[in-house]
Amino acid sequence: MLWTLAKRTAFYALVILIVFISVFPFYYAILTSFKSGTDLFRIDYWPKSFALDNYIAVLTTGSFVRNLGNSLLVSTVVVAISLLLAITASFALARVRFRGRSLLLFTILSVSMFPQIAVLAGLFEIVRFFGIFNTPFALIFAYMIFTLPFTVWVLTTFMRDLPIEIEEAAIVDGASPWVIITKVFMPLMWPALVTTGLLAFIAAWNEFLFALTFTSSNATRTVPVAIALLSGSSQYEIPWGNIMAASVIVTVPLVVLVLIFQRKIISGLTAGGVKG
Amino acid sequence: MAVAETIAAPVEGMRSDLMRQRIRSAWIFLAPMLAVLALVAGWPLVRSIYFSFTDASLANIEAAQWVGFDNYLSMTTLKSGKVLYDGLLVDPIWWRAVWNTVKFTIVSVTLETIFGTIVALVLNAEFKGRGIVRAAILIPWAIPTVVSAKMWSWMLNDQFGIINDILMNLGIISQKIAWTANPDTAMFAVLLVDIWKTTPFMALLILAGLQMVPGDIYEAAKIDGVHPVKVFFKVTLPLIRPALMVAVIFRMLDALRIFDLIYVLTPNNSQTKTMSVYARENLFDFDKFAYGSAAATFLFLILAVITVVYIVVGRVNFDGGR
Repeated sequence: MLWTLAKRTAFYALVILIVFISVFPFYYAILTSFKSGTDLFRIDYWPKSFALDNYIAVLTTGSFVRNLGNSLLVSTVVVAISLLLAITASFALARVRFRGRSLLLFTILSVSMFPQIAVLAGLFEIVRFFGIFNTPFALIFAYMIFTLPFTVWVLTTFMRDLPIEIEEAAIVDGASPWVIITKVFMPLMWPALVTTGLLAFIAAWNEFLFALTFTSSNATRTVPVAIALLSGSSQYEIPWGNIMAASVIVTVPLVVLVLIFQRKIISGLTAGGVKG
Repeated sequence: MAVAETIAAPVEGMRSDLMRQRIRSAWIFLAPMLAVLALVAGWPLVRSIYFSFTDASLANIEAAQWVGFDNYLSMTTLKSGKVLYDGLLVDPIWWRAVWNTVKFTIVSVTLETIFGTIVALVLNAEFKGRGIVRAAILIPWAIPTVVSAKMWSWMLNDQFGIINDILMNLGIISQKIAWTANPDTAMFAVLLVDIWKTTPFMALLILAGLQMVPGDIYEAAKIDGVHPVKVFFKVTLPLIRPALMVAVIFRMLDALRIFDLIYVLTPNNSQTKTMSVYARENLFDFDKFAYGSAAATFLFLILAVITVVYIVVGRVNFDGGR
């Protein structure tokens, strides 16, 4: 009896520890973001002040709002193009038997695990060649390297699991592959499209290396680069309050989305096996 | 018999016609995706490798001249007869970066696998509040890497950081530590943040493997009175091995190319500089475009070799048992 009680206590202690470690840094960032002036340098464990100074500073001075817009634009367009290209491609990979299919699937998986630094020089050349350096187009183009293989891979695993009978029925009715995709599969695919799109969106929203390399002015930067380079009036004065406010602004929508779509995200993550 | 053949033949013909049509449309469907991948991945990779054999500079990429293996290793014989070696293969800073990356990868992936398994086992148990735990562990995963680097560098701040405050209060340290700036602790700080951020991902992948294990195995083990720890090592672990192997390779490839966390958390620290950071620094900050390309190519080679060895030795099955 006592042994069972001890085991239960230990188990719940572990549960509380996991939750605490996961949530605390985010909690502390929120707490810091509401402090202003010298309060910032007093260490508190509980919220004591509620000042919006940092949020006002971040949103009214500098180019942070512009950066938010850039991130939103780039991520949305990247996801839309990737899904569009991936739907038809994943149909071919999941439902049609042809020579070289396994090799193709393996290549796609390898590209999604590519070290991005290995293509950076070549991409830089293309970006300069097309004259899109320091524009959102450069990022939209470059981000395809990780969003496209990921969406193709996840949608292929999903489509492979759809029952063969519905497709056979459509073939007997004389439907072409295009009709099968748009009329038969698409209505069944919405949940998978939402999940895959969301995961690709998060990946694009968080990307740093390409954004750092292919943009060079405050107005064209995306949010992660803007936060990384946020600096005070002198290099010794890091504006922690502003950084925390900006961090909270970009993270809250993601956390809300992730919590709403928890179950779907977990299934998408395990299918794709790709870190966001 | 003759009748049957004449009936069968047209049906066969129709079937293969249909197959041929399907295969043709499959390639049409694949074409746009393959074209984009070739342009955004294939061609840039070929060009990057090409640049590593040239003297390209950032300002003048077009005028690149072929120099062979000079960026990797070049020999100059001085008048005195002394031979000088130059290039990536004899660059101590590069080998330092390789070592940092390898060290980071081994430690982070090992600890993430262990912690991930623990979290997955917790989530696989039936208890009140399981939903809350699952939601909570998704938070570190959802936070952008750059943001988590900033959050932690604030918490790890030497003067005003809460970590130093907690450790001082507990009496674990006697004076404040500059975690991210101090050469002795910088790698520790990077590992701490990376493990915090990626353990949830590992846990979810391992959990998916755990949920495939049929429950009656545990029932049987319980009836036979086998100790739970023994059940884990003898039954659960072998069964989730395929899922674990795939999770580990994904994390390993991810860890080997790490850039953003290190660039933001511990800038300009030789103790944590990884291959990716070194390559980018040469490409764009030091105006050694060709040399940086050589470093990037080398990194690509190392990753490719590790992946192939791992897949062959570990007999990884990416199809999920299909």
